[in-house]
Amino acid sequence: MASLNNFEEATFLAQSRDESFHVAEVSTGKLKKRRHFRWWRFAVLAVAAAYFLIPLFAGIRFSLQDTAGKFSFETIAALPSAPGFSAAFWLSMRVTFVTVLISAALMVPTAIYVHVRVPRMRRVMDFVTVLPIVIPPIILIIGVLFVAPVWLKASPYLLSLMYVILAMPFAYRSLDAGLGAIDLKTLTEASRSLGGNWVKTIWSVVMPNLRSGLMSALVLTLALALGEFTMASLDLWQTIPVWIVSTNGLPNGHIEIAAAMIGLVGACVLVTLIVSLDRSQSGRGKAGTK
Amino acid sequence: MSNTDVVALDPDSRESGSNATTRKSNSWLRIVLRKSGPAIALAPFFIFTFLGLGIPTIGVIFKAFQGNNGGFTFSNLGQIVHGVYLTGFENSFKLAFLSSIIPGVLGVFLAYAIQTSKSKALRRLITAVSGVFANFGGVNLTFMFIATLGSTGLLTFWLNAIKLNPWHFGFNLYTFSGVVFVYMYFQIPLMVLVITPALVGLRESWREAAENMGASNLRYWYHVGVPVLLPSILGGMLLLFGSAFAAYATAESLTTGIIALSPIQIGNFINGNVISNQVNTGYAIAFGMLVILSVTMILYGLVRKRASRWLL
Amino acid sequence: MTEGIEAKERPMTFTSSQPTTSSGASVVLDQLVRDFGKVRALDGLSLEINPGEFMALLGPSGCGKTTALRVLAGFEQLDSGRVIVDGKDLSRVNAQKRDMGMVFQSYSLFPNMNALNNVAFGLRMRRQSSSSRRAKAGELLEMVGLSDQATKYPHQMSGGQQQRIALARALAIEPRVLLLDEPLSALDAIVRAELRDQIRSLQQRLSITTVFVTHDQEEVLSMADRVCVMSKGHIEQVATPSELYGRPATAFVAQFVGISSRVPVVLFGQEVELFGLRCPIRSGDGSDLTGALDALLRPEDIAIEVDPEGKGFVTRKSFFGAMTRLVVQVGELSVRVDVRSDKAASIDLGTHVRPTIISRDVLVASRKEVAGIAEEIPK
Repeated sequence: MASLNNFEEATFLAQSRDESFHVAEVSTGKLKKRRHFRWWRFAVLAVAAAYFLIPLFAGIRFSLQDTAGKFSFETIAALPSAPGFSAAFWLSMRVTFVTVLISAALMVPTAIYVHVRVPRMRRVMDFVTVLPIVIPPIILIIGVLFVAPVWLKASPYLLSLMYVILAMPFAYRSLDAGLGAIDLKTLTEASRSLGGNWVKTIWSVVMPNLRSGLMSALVLTLALALGEFTMASLDLWQTIPVWIVSTNGLPNGHIEIAAAMIGLVGACVLVTLIVSLDRSQSGRGKAGTK
Repeated sequence: MSNTDVVALDPDSRESGSNATTRKSNSWLRIVLRKSGPAIALAPFFIFTFLGLGIPTIGVIFKAFQGNNGGFTFSNLGQIVHGVYLTGFENSFKLAFLSSIIPGVLGVFLAYAIQTSKSKALRRLITAVSGVFANFGGVNLTFMFIATLGSTGLLTFWLNAIKLNPWHFGFNLYTFSGVVFVYMYFQIPLMVLVITPALVGLRESWREAAENMGASNLRYWYHVGVPVLLPSILGGMLLLFGSAFAAYATAESLTTGIIALSPIQIGNFINGNVISNQVNTGYAIAFGMLVILSVTMILYGLVRKRASRWLL
Repeated sequence: MTEGIEAKERPMTFTSSQPTTSSGASVVLDQLVRDFGKVRALDGLSLEINPGEFMALLGPSGCGKTTALRVLAGFEQLDSGRVIVDGKDLSRVNAQKRDMGMVFQSYSLFPNMNALNNVAFGLRMRRQSSSSRRAKAGELLEMVGLSDQATKYPHQMSGGQQQRIALARALAIEPRVLLLDEPLSALDAIVRAELRDQIRSLQQRLSITTVFVTHDQEEVLSMADRVCVMSKGHIEQVATPSELYGRPATAFVAQFVGISSRVPVVLFGQEVELFGLRCPIRSGDGSDLTGALDALLRPEDIAIEVDPEGKGFVTRKSFFGAMTRLVVQVGELSVRVDVRSDKAASIDLGTHVRPTIISRDVLVASRKEVAGIAEEIPK
């Protein structure tokens, strides 16, 4: 066996990530300690579940009540006809759609190109894609409002452009993680030396590995675009989040909470679907990982 | 490893070799294309990023130093280190600090509890869902918590029934501590996301070696586990700090301006809700935030380098 | 220097030139059974290891050798059976308290400590004073030849250096038993050979009972006092290296250790016929000799003479330095024969030769058994 260098070991470790912890747990046989540990772990998970799930439950329950406080779908049914909602809804949809479009067109080829052709640039990309965390929406929007030309400010798609920037850390990192799971350079070189041209190589070697990264990047971008409030409100566009606030920010706003809960639950469901889809594919898709 | 290697294997290249001059000028063009290949391919991304990120930032910095009559001045900066603006920075700093330490520590424990569970499905699910929760903020979060722990919230109602109503004990969702409590909802998942890779990188062989050498569980954590994790934990907390410091929507909707916070103050300037004798004060506040956040990210980068050295 | 004193109470008079006060412990593995779900990793394994002995556990992946080692170390629970060290039953004792030193396959050094602190870790756990810890760790670093690396961190050292530090760390606590879990498999060939010698000479000098797990027969043959060959959770043979190689007890051992050629034979009482001659069979321990039979021949069991009338002819030559391996076709069989290279130089491909058996007896096993094993061992 050739000597394992750090990189191979780390890659292997990253792939067997799920397995390693599990197996290690099973094979460590300490009787008394494990009982204590199990209790502690249960306690932590229980408290966490309470903190995260109770508000969720409260929010959903609130959305399913009418003004009298009784259980009903009235609120959710009333949502589409609430004043300003459909306009806000379509605006959010358009802005989000354009965001996803631009983001995909920009980030996917870039991520692939960096991984395959110029891996040295990865550090630079890492740095650049972290910048939106350093320059948060509130600072960005005040800058944008100053430098953007009037015709751009008149369009809601200015928000789309900004959302692409905001989503960059998450989108790029998801793609990056998906591409980095295998030694892409070696595989593409192998594919090319066997006679595949670039298109075929990207299609059969790169894309399968990109699938899960692409999905999570998509979901995160979507969630961000649909839920973004700061820039939209200060740019004076009434997207769904802005609409929620504008119509009355008090607890009696069943409608608003309904909209909020739909967003959160929807995203969770989407993500769960993606994860379970990915699992059924991971057996096939990742050739050459061991 | 250069592009030339790949091109050499390119079965699409059709060098007929018949016309010498054409080949020469072709190859010259090829060299230029090849060398500038990366530049051309990556140009859209960098141009976009520069336009969307770089220019607004430069604009902010420029305006921070621009006086009322257009000249260069420090007076904007002078404004923000006094009075209500200074308080804004102090509050923001305090808020971010608490919102990074507390959820930071809790996040580590939670991540560990998740990672050591036997159910593979649970682990993957929670990791994925953490991404969603880490981004869940703003108004939606505020409303959800109002429905839960507001004065007429569901949990408040339940706790009231067993005589443990937090409001009677001095809890107020709309104060400082309330904001920290709400921030945890996205800060903890963020920490879980950041620390999980580090936890996975904690090799079982270290633990076994320590045990073999006579170390109890606690001593293993003290001597090996925590020291190895520390850079990642610190890095995570720095990230949490930046995230909490810059948060606008949640704070705004929760406190509605009662607490002076820098992001909210900037928002007020944009909205025109505030008039100051220095027109560009808002930009100066933004500049101040930028400085603080830049320092945070530099520290984060340094800490990450140390982390990657050990965990591989 | 009486035996039976706990390690931490012994006077710290250890120097690299004197044998240590810890003479090896005796180890008895008694009917170990360990299941992982449906898979039985250890199937009633029983083994006795003498004080100061270097015992190697050899076998293909999945044979249970690593499980056996980890059971001994205390990292695996036993479903049944006992682990007895120096007469004491350690089966219920925590790994932490077993006083054994283990060297793992790779990357077991604590990354946040330099070499010296890594080596001193076990001593620190035993609450020795910092000055005596440093002294002892320093001695051990010198013993493995890495004193100059004392302040280096694991990520600054090569794989071979790391394993030597790991060895020093295990030895620092003067363990009753030294356990090595394939410590050389992650290293490259030259470093592996050096480390092999170093481990062996250290072990002999210190007379520490050692259990060494590996799948590499070369390591085992050159290092061990005795070898325990395992397969599917049970023992195939326990013997000295030379006995193991020269007189394998079962078809598995014959095929796992060294190369064997398979020749179909027919049993005539206690003899078989090979190349026209009758040879006695080795009395095995109950291998079922019914049905079709194969003889398993080592390359050095066969000799060839150049003979134009000979039934065999050379189809391949492989040069191995001092020795050349020839593949000789006899009828439908091919057997491998080792010949000294100077003699082999004059034997070209296609030369007719006459093969004979020159060993005292031959190992014969049923073809089913032989075929089944051959699939298990990638050769």
